[in-house]
Amino acid sequence: MTSEQLAWKICRHDVEMTHVSGGSHIGAVLSVADIMGVLYADVLHFRPEEPKWDGRDRFVLSKGHAGGALYAALAEQGFFPVEELLTYYRNESRLSGHVSHKVPGVDVSTGSLGHGLGMAVGMAIAAKQDKKTHRVFVVLGDGECNEGSVWEAAQAAVNYQLDNLVAIVDHNHMQSLDFCERTLSSAPMARKWAGFGWNVMEVDGHDHAALRAAMTSSRQGIPTVIVAHTIKGHRIPFMEQDILWHYRFPHTGWEYDCAVNALHGCKPAGAEDPYTPNGIESPVLPDENADIFRDHTMGATYEPAWFRLQEVTK
Amino acid sequence: MRDGFIRTVLELAKENKDLELITGDLGFGVLKPFWEALPDQFLNAGIAEQNMTSMAAGMALEGKTVFTYSIGNFPTLRCLEQIRNDCAYHGANVNIVCVGGGFAYGSLGVSHHATEDLAVMRALPDVAVFAPADRVEAAAVAKAVVNYPGTCYIRLGRGGEKLARETIDHFEVGKALPVQEGSRVAIFTTGDIYGEAAAAASLLFQQGIKPGLYTFPTVKPLDEEMVRACARRYDLIVTCEEHNILGGLGSAVAEVLAESAAGTRLVRLGITGSYCTAVGDQKYLRGLYGLTGEQMAERILKELV
Repeated sequence: MTSEQLAWKICRHDVEMTHVSGGSHIGAVLSVADIMGVLYADVLHFRPEEPKWDGRDRFVLSKGHAGGALYAALAEQGFFPVEELLTYYRNESRLSGHVSHKVPGVDVSTGSLGHGLGMAVGMAIAAKQDKKTHRVFVVLGDGECNEGSVWEAAQAAVNYQLDNLVAIVDHNHMQSLDFCERTLSSAPMARKWAGFGWNVMEVDGHDHAALRAAMTSSRQGIPTVIVAHTIKGHRIPFMEQDILWHYRFPHTGWEYDCAVNALHGCKPAGAEDPYTPNGIESPVLPDENADIFRDHTMGATYEPAWFRLQEVTK
Repeated sequence: MRDGFIRTVLELAKENKDLELITGDLGFGVLKPFWEALPDQFLNAGIAEQNMTSMAAGMALEGKTVFTYSIGNFPTLRCLEQIRNDCAYHGANVNIVCVGGGFAYGSLGVSHHATEDLAVMRALPDVAVFAPADRVEAAAVAKAVVNYPGTCYIRLGRGGEKLARETIDHFEVGKALPVQEGSRVAIFTTGDIYGEAAAAASLLFQQGIKPGLYTFPTVKPLDEEMVRACARRYDLIVTCEEHNILGGLGSAVAEVLAESAAGTRLVRLGITGSYCTAVGDQKYLRGLYGLTGEQMAERILKELV
């Protein structure tokens, strides 16, 4: 499977998974889908039939709320049946909303932000001590970089010269209530990491060739961070950069129908849709009352007197 | 106790290259023998307890047995969620060492009083909680936690503790250790306040009462069998801990007694009320809360009338 096919399938599975379960974070999944697609199609070494294979590259999805993307990638790569994806969020399922290490192929449970990089640092240290050659990859959110523990770990990774560690920041500029810049700004993101001593690469986080090149490069003696510029809600225009879709799921009706058809509009050749093979023929369309293309950010209605909100850089 | 614990960990580490010690930038004058002997099994994580704990979990997931080391509340409260999610939930072999439980760093102020640690750690599923009384118990705990799967918390005294016994024949996680059997009253104690409990026992003996005296180097899992056996044997159980009265040994014993319908009376001795604003050393601060040997003996005599 190509990375493009895998990334698309992650999006399609997750629209279905959130639609069926009422689960959150479809916007975050769409943002990180290309990163996950490239990692699991082209970059990471693993053996689906032997999930704990010691030679595998380690992967930590520190932004655990995008767990649906990881589950879909693992299922597509054969760690567990694709059919299981629709148990997401359900009673008796293994697939909790945030990433669980009880799922085959998952090394680390996450869900509370700011933990993953530290754990990845520990894994990379252990690999160095034991002279193992696998690499450790960790994906963080940009909002997650609000957490001070991220920067504790960032110092440690440089201190221990962890050139076997690659952090990828899914830099979609949005978090929970608003744009990052209007919440607790981490700008300038790349310069912050550079200031901490990391090897910094900036790429378009939806450009697979660029991601692949960045993920397979390294600099001796220092850890690498890839600041991946992404669009929250990517591939589904009415979800793009609308914070509503951080939590909202595609409901039955125009939301689901239009989401599916948006994906079919950009479906790479060879990618099959197990749910709606040809898209939806007569989709329900949004009427004038549909909650669409409105500004749902906190900053739209929040006007403090004593300080000015930062400018948004999209 | 502290030095004995670290010496034991060092000896164990020499036999096991996967045993690792990480300090949160503390241990001046204590850890030097370790980093000199085993530099490749030692890290200073800096003043960054959250990352120290996440890192320890990551290393443990790769097969290491990791000790994290700091003082007071820093290795626990500062990084509680890392202990919960990264260590305990993953069943990671991380042993969290706190030097200076209770008022050990009394004069330094309330930031350095570890007086809720046992309660907080005890509340976390899949975390075992230890508070040895002296260097002999501390050495036994060090050996035990290395072989005990999952996450452990070990609260240590700073040194100079009274010995409960010269040797321990058989140490088992989750088992209390009798110092002496007695009648009418049993004193249960955990951690280095043992010296005060022993003093109280001696004073009671002078008054014609021989109390039972038991140390609880493991606070969790609690030796419930011992609690129930003592409930049958004694009229009164007194718990003694240099810890807030809420959630520590006394609470754990109360839970067992309440569910066993034993009818035995329980007196919990520990720290009560608001945060301690007084300045003073460990002995002085113990005195403010009725935790010296003399005060405890007096209180127990009153309870027995």
